[in-house]
Amino acid sequence: MKAFTYERAQSVEQAAAAVARKPGAKFLAGGTNLLDLMKLQIETPTHLVDVQDLKLDRIEETPEGGLRIGALVRNTALASDMRVRRDYGVLTRAIVAGASGQLRNKATTAGNLLQRTRCPYFYDTNQPCNKRQPGSGCGAIGGVSRQLGVIGVSDACIATYPGDMAVALRLLDAHVETVDPQGAQRSIPIGEFHRLWGDTPHIETSLKRGELITAVTLPRPIGGRHLYHKVRDRASYAFALVSVAAVFQPDGSGRVAFGGVAPRPWRVEAAEEALPRGAEAVTAQVFAEARPTADNRFKLQLATRTLAGVLAEARS
Amino acid sequence: MDSGDAFGFSRRGVLIGGSAAGAVLVNAGPVQAAPATGDVPTIMPVSLEVNGKRHDLRLDTRTTLLDALREHLKLTGTKKGCDHGQCGACTVMVNGERINSCLSLALQHQGDKVTTIEGLGTPDKLHPMQAAFIEHDGFQCGYCTPGQICSAVAVLGEIKRGVPSHLQEDIVAAPAASNHELRERMSGNICRCGAYSNIMEAMLQVSGESA
Repeated sequence: MKAFTYERAQSVEQAAAAVARKPGAKFLAGGTNLLDLMKLQIETPTHLVDVQDLKLDRIEETPEGGLRIGALVRNTALASDMRVRRDYGVLTRAIVAGASGQLRNKATTAGNLLQRTRCPYFYDTNQPCNKRQPGSGCGAIGGVSRQLGVIGVSDACIATYPGDMAVALRLLDAHVETVDPQGAQRSIPIGEFHRLWGDTPHIETSLKRGELITAVTLPRPIGGRHLYHKVRDRASYAFALVSVAAVFQPDGSGRVAFGGVAPRPWRVEAAEEALPRGAEAVTAQVFAEARPTADNRFKLQLATRTLAGVLAEARS
Repeated sequence: MDSGDAFGFSRRGVLIGGSAAGAVLVNAGPVQAAPATGDVPTIMPVSLEVNGKRHDLRLDTRTTLLDALREHLKLTGTKKGCDHGQCGACTVMVNGERINSCLSLALQHQGDKVTTIEGLGTPDKLHPMQAAFIEHDGFQCGYCTPGQICSAVAVLGEIKRGVPSHLQEDIVAAPAASNHELRERMSGNICRCGAYSNIMEAMLQVSGESA
């Protein structure tokens, strides 16, 4: 790990200003991903602003009938909240499908959104990686790419956003609330939060420098049956090859989003009308623009089959 | 053999001592926010309550909770396996919840209550989970065992508190401590010897006792 200075911010404004002021500064929440990357010197912050004292660890009901989840709510606490389990079950299911119990106890809502890709070429500092070192090239293209993206990828980078929680948030039309160093607040639709990075894969979100996530908001519950299926190389504690988050209504309509396939949770709303016609009708539209490699072409069929499994469970 | 002396003169101990001494020269005065650039370490104070005892430490900001426990407090029961949160050997409980101590800075734990394997039981008075691991042969080489036991104790607490898991069909319902549930919940603890089935037996016994 490279040396760094450390402070514990006492207010949201102070935290945002501290990161904006110092080049090389970063926010520290749970740290489960950041510290891992710092040990490998993939992340080399010179200053850490610990945000744990900002009292952003509550889940509150909004005037609109939804929920406002503080940025520092731990994954376990979010998954365990009875309002989430009852009204946003796909979110609980997605969270408990990810990581391990130890990590979920430490990882935060905002940190989960900001976790970096697990592309092996991003992690191996001997390899070129446009995300880690802009302009150095992409070792994954033409390399071992079984785990990597099949859609929304670019000639510069074929990594995926690896998480599960955000796939459910995308399905639920969540918003990400932030404060910038000038104190301005904004609410970013989750679909616009993670970028399709094109030729700038090192810029992964729409956050500006020093902009701090304060909360994630969920709209009113939409009812229906909530499912999350995750296919991976072992039964637990592994990243998704493909995951499917879905909510089905009694009339046969529904929503579906995919994880493990793209730089961000992948949802094509227009394709959801095809749900009553079966999995293939949906994925034909969702993955119409797919650009798989020879290694990960199987993900397209796997996505269809995983969705078919979800549909079968929904009808059972 | 006096292991304390051997430990004190280890290469790692000398290195840590050396870097700390260097930092004190650079960072004379208040510990807060010295302009550390490049590889100049910053030393900061932190207080931890470990197994009921308060410790006031001055640590390089880079020190993980795991290294603080092992290298500074000499509580070497907690093990360093992968050092990347993948194996669970470093599992300890912080304020009652299990975490990977390798993926947490000691500074993040100012004032926190840390429980390590040394705080769960003693050779004379074993924690029920320690006794059950012995009874059911829940280990072979023993390296992952402190992490397994800390995790196992915490898992039973999580089930009692109703924390849901990936295996539950009905996520609103209260979870139960079945073999499969325990396997899912213990997936963050790897055992290279493959003692898993016996670990499950030990956990099932303790969960039955405490039910």
